[in-house]
Amino acid sequence: MSTSTDTEYTPIENTPAGRKLGGPVGWLDDRLGLAGAAKKNLRKVFPEHWSFMLGEIALWSFVVLLISGVFLTLWFQPSMSEVEYHGPYTPLNGLEMSQAYQSTLKISFEIRGGLLIRQVHHWAAALFVAAMLAHMLRVFFTGAYRKPREINWLIGVGLLSMGMVEGFAGYSLPDDLLSGTGLRFVDGLIRSIPIVGSYIEFFLFGGEFPGNEIIPRLYMAHILLLPALLLGLIGAHMLLLVYHKHTQWPGPGRTNDNVVGYPMLPVYAAKAGGFFFVVFGFTALMGAFLQINPVWAYGPYNPSEVTAGSQPDWYMGFSEGLVRIMPNWESTFFGLTWSWNVFIPGVGGLGLIFTSLALWPFIERWITGDQREHHLLERPRNAPTRTALGVAAMTAYGVGWAAGGNDIIATKFHSDIFTITWIFRFGFFIFPVIAFIVTRRICIGLQRADANRILHGYETGVLERSPEGGYSERHAPLPVTTQYTLTAHDRLPALEAPPETDANGVAAPGGRKAKLRQRLREFYFANALDKPTTHDVEHALEHLGDHDGHPVELGDDFQGVSEAGIPRVH
Amino acid sequence: MSDLEVRSGHDEPIPNPGLQEHQYRPQDVDPKQARRTERQISAMFLVAAVLFVGFCAVYVFVDADETFLGWSAQNFGFGFTLGGALLLIGIGIIQWAKKLMGDHEIVEMRHSAASSAEDRTAVLADINAGLDESGIGRRPMIVRSLGVALGALGLPALFVLRDMGPLPYGHRNTVWKKGMRVVVDVTGEPIKPSDLRVGDLVNAEPAAFFETDDEGKPLFHGTELLQAKSKAAVIVVRMRPESIRPAKGRENWGIDGILAYSKICTHVGCPISLWEQQTHHLLCPCHQSTFDLADNGKVVFGPAHRPLPQLPLALDSEGYLIATRDFPEIVAPSYPRLAHDQKKLDEQA
Repeated sequence: MSTSTDTEYTPIENTPAGRKLGGPVGWLDDRLGLAGAAKKNLRKVFPEHWSFMLGEIALWSFVVLLISGVFLTLWFQPSMSEVEYHGPYTPLNGLEMSQAYQSTLKISFEIRGGLLIRQVHHWAAALFVAAMLAHMLRVFFTGAYRKPREINWLIGVGLLSMGMVEGFAGYSLPDDLLSGTGLRFVDGLIRSIPIVGSYIEFFLFGGEFPGNEIIPRLYMAHILLLPALLLGLIGAHMLLLVYHKHTQWPGPGRTNDNVVGYPMLPVYAAKAGGFFFVVFGFTALMGAFLQINPVWAYGPYNPSEVTAGSQPDWYMGFSEGLVRIMPNWESTFFGLTWSWNVFIPGVGGLGLIFTSLALWPFIERWITGDQREHHLLERPRNAPTRTALGVAAMTAYGVGWAAGGNDIIATKFHSDIFTITWIFRFGFFIFPVIAFIVTRRICIGLQRADANRILHGYETGVLERSPEGGYSERHAPLPVTTQYTLTAHDRLPALEAPPETDANGVAAPGGRKAKLRQRLREFYFANALDKPTTHDVEHALEHLGDHDGHPVELGDDFQGVSEAGIPRVH
Repeated sequence: MSDLEVRSGHDEPIPNPGLQEHQYRPQDVDPKQARRTERQISAMFLVAAVLFVGFCAVYVFVDADETFLGWSAQNFGFGFTLGGALLLIGIGIIQWAKKLMGDHEIVEMRHSAASSAEDRTAVLADINAGLDESGIGRRPMIVRSLGVALGALGLPALFVLRDMGPLPYGHRNTVWKKGMRVVVDVTGEPIKPSDLRVGDLVNAEPAAFFETDDEGKPLFHGTELLQAKSKAAVIVVRMRPESIRPAKGRENWGIDGILAYSKICTHVGCPISLWEQQTHHLLCPCHQSTFDLADNGKVVFGPAHRPLPQLPLALDSEGYLIATRDFPEIVAPSYPRLAHDQKKLDEQA
């Protein structure tokens, strides 16, 4: 499989490790026959780039969540039975509270290291969703979801959505005032589901809100159902990653047909394994230095109390914001109440996000008609419309997210909450459009800049004075490796319109659909710059080699000049 | 593979220069540097081991109430030793991989994700043979009846979930009734009009929450108390009587500018209590729905649709605030049968 380098290895039977390992490996293979699979995978090649680490952060923070979560279950009691608190946290002494809240206080104040693990667990959860989102954006903006990886993209969408639900279930468990307020909102959200809302509400909560059941049930979902599903999907995600082999950035020697990088054993395994300790260590330091969710400060849940500035965990901020900026539409027909003001933003907002995420690879494929396998990543600038759509979606998400903190913005900036809400109401529709236009322009500008660097070289910083007294700066061609990297992407396809009639003059079948597709294709590729042709490059080289009538001799190893004016030699 | 050929057939302006020459690291060419790196990495691992022992020392020697720079000393000690040790292990391993392990890049060829055409044909043939031998195509009755049976499997699955909760009932009534005192929510003290100045807001509850039965047990406790509270909590405010614009029929629902409203937002049920004295607006801290208490609890802004329900007030013989009846409007975040229940409530009145 792997074409090895020039290094010569001692035959394994003659090495100390080989003599020691031979027995156990043989014993295992006699029973499991795994040598076939191991042969393919032990030295599997993984390409390197910092952005490939984002998914790894998500993976390792999930492992941290499993470890710290097991620790928490040793003491947490998922019960809503009311008890009177008597413990080291004196401000709450004598108060009625649920056992869930009481045991959370116990973990925080009486179990040594309990507070740390609770905070590590919460920080790791925030990091888990954040890393998944960042990883997803990386995959989106580099086109890594394209064929043959669409199914892995869908698994990823599933992971992100379930990770959010898992996080919500988790922070609802302590049954403090903040988490109870979150559940109160979810209760209202479920009720708003047309026709069957009340049924779902009463079944989930085991009766009228808050009931006795919701925390034990969320606990089951949080520590059994959802982690099992997440674990299964993560396994499938990783298996597909191994099967497809990781995508890579184009570069010298890195093509669509190969993968260049370091072998799993030892380099990649060591780096990835070491990175687990980094992520765990980082969350442990966060747990030590940064307070998160101080439940004792909120007090036990009481449906007649709330604190100002109640905010959900960050990943629910988008939903929260949409609910805040939604106009107060509610209608009554067929003798029923239809709460659009809660249902549309609460259920529709996230539904819209995850549906469009899941559909996007297929929509893009339909528009571009691209049936090829893609293993090379695309720079965001080289897919201007995709990048602009992504930024527009991020902007809409950002508006929703910021709107989730409209009260904080109002108090911190001493501004009027109604005005801020109105800005978000319009901004949710207007800002993404602006972001789309601006981003596409920036992408096209960057494409032009790339073409410029290939065709006109780069600025050497060497100034020349002509005999007439005019000044000009010498340009020198980029190193050929850079030139190749800049041009190693697809050409724009030819955009011919589909025939409106077939050979016999009859209107072509599916004509309207084909026309729509053609229009979308034109939109998708509009104004994008194609990379230079061979002819362009040859012409440019001629021009570069001949500066104002006399040849420029900078030498093969000339790499430009430093800021101090000293030529840089690599 | 044909896809790949099509791709390379395009005009590529710059030919692929191929994999670049391997760059050697200082550790590859200078054994002294390599030994130095080895020592550094080992030092990280050893410090990590010391920090783990330090973690145990914190466990034994640091008390829960000790502080360090304003932090809990225990939490700081645990987190610092654990996090520091883990980071050192992680950084050490990564340094080992980057500086000392072989760093020759390896090229592996890719293969199309699809199986070979022969494999596909073989699989299709197998499926075909399987389908044929099962006789699915020839015996539609057996297939359909199996479909019916499997579909019916959903019924027990649905039925067994039925006992997750009771069937929904309306939220028509709260514990308020004629003559029940309005009491302060923390102390249970009854309220006299003279306790309130103009601009004041008091969080209040029905007196029933503080009453006990004949055996001395509270009437409401545990979940029942929380459920009752989530409908009966009220706020009592005092405004200048001349600034209040009561709707028809509500003229005598207040006492000298003292009005009582439900504390439960009609949007998703958060308790509302952000009170703007000057504008008589009450703002919900959850989603900023704003109600005008001088104007019958009307919605002035935000996502809530229905006005805040008002509780009619009177004075009892001792001069304390009492309710004259239950809320005339439903106190609850909206639910599908709300309109229906409200109609029932109106008919009762």
